[in-house]
This record gives sequence, structure tokens and C-alpha cells, in this order.
Amino acid sequence: MEINHTEFKRCDVVKVSGRVDSATAPRLAEKLNEIMDAGRYRIVLDLQDLDFISSAGLRVLIGAQKSCKRYNRGEVVLANVQPNILSALDLAGFTPFFKIFDDTVSAVGNF
Amino acid sequence: MPTFVFPGKYESLAKIAELVQIATREFGLDSCAAYGVETAVDEACSNIIEHAYGGENKGEIEFSYEITANSLIITLRDQGKKFKPKKIEKPKTNVPLKHRSDHGLGLYFIHQWMDEVYYDNREGYNILTLIKHKGAMS
Repeated sequence: MEINHTEFKRCDVVKVSGRVDSATAPRLAEKLNEIMDAGRYRIVLDLQDLDFISSAGLRVLIGAQKSCKRYNRGEVVLANVQPNILSALDLAGFTPFFKIFDDTVSAVGNF
Repeated sequence: MPTFVFPGKYESLAKIAELVQIATREFGLDSCAAYGVETAVDEACSNIIEHAYGGENKGEIEFSYEITANSLIITLRDQGKKFKPKKIEKPKTNVPLKHRSDHGLGLYFIHQWMDEVYYDNREGYNILTLIKHKGAMS
């Protein structure tokens, strides 16, 4: 798994590539916590090159969404979600909890 | 049926996934069905490490697969704590985000993505058999 983080004025874009499983999910959680600990709660997750996400990874996404939405201070949105990843989100019943954008520009524009 | 043995640690998951990808390609599954099998095996192996062994580096995971005319049969064996599957519940989607539990999601995934799932315990081994049929809806 690779994580690339870009800080913009109004939001943060986190590009996650490769596999998010029980081995790598803690590193993704750590990165998202670091961003939220800095008081930044508007996060775009760019999933263009995400090959695989297990329930451990989905738990990180839902945990971050819960933190960001607390006090209405922000939210996590998803961009470039590939069909297999979308199937996993859908099966978990998580799609209603995230805005999903076709590309990163539209996702950033949401904030 | 060749058997591959992996140390029971999370780093093994990516290596096991490579074998699953070889098996699903050989069997001729489409991308979505192959992804589902990869997910089921990943969740099952994570459960073995977390629940059967109670942590990493406590034991091994044995992986084997067999392809028949219409089925891909994957077998996982471990020597951890005996596994008793509980009732598999569909995640509740009609609850607010803050009340949404993610408990049991891995087990739910295994049963949704595979066509047949069997648990057995013989001679000190947990034996999980995961079967995917060709052309069946996932």
C-alpha cells in the first residue's frame, strides 16, 4: 500500500494505492488520524489505484468518517472508486455514508 | 492438490492473495467474482490470525486449492482455537452513521462472496472450505 497526501487550502487529498488489508490498514488509520489531529476534517480519498480493500480497511474509512462528521466539522468523500471496490463498499452497506465523485477535481470542489 | 504453508501473520495476506489470483485466473473467473474470492480468503485468513491464534506469529495457515469442471475449491487449515461460526447477520444499512457497527463484516463477506462455505474441525485442525462455482451469481 502507498499513501500520498496533498494538503490544499480547503481540504486534504489522500491517494491510497495497492492493497489495504489487515497488514496495511493500521498505516492508513495512522495517516488519517494525523490529518484529523491537525484539525483538518475535510478529506478526499482518491481510490483510483486502490486494488483491494478488506473489512479492516473499510473499518478505517467508516471510523474516519465518524470522526470527521462529528460536530458537523467536515467529512470524508471518495473519488475515482473502481468497480470492485464499490462492490465491497456496497456489500458492507457503507455507500450511503460517503459522497462518491467521478474524479478528484469534483471531490475537491465539493468543499 | 498442492498445499502452501504461510506463517500466521498479516504480512502473509498479500502472498496468499497472489495464489488466489493465480487460482481464479486458472479457473476463468471474471474480475468481480475473482475479487470476491480474494476478499473471502483474505477475511478468512485475517480471522484465523486474529481469532483462532489470538495474534500474529502463533501458528501457520495452510492454503490449498483444487479446480474441477465447475468449481474452484479453496481449503484453509489452521491449528488455532476451534472456530464456532455464529449467526451471519446482514449489516444494518438503515441506521445512522454513529450507530453503525462494523462487527462481523469479515464473516458476512465470506458468505456473500462464496457459493458454499463449510467449517470442520478434525485432528486438531480447523478446516474451512470455500467453493466458487463458474457462472453463479456472487
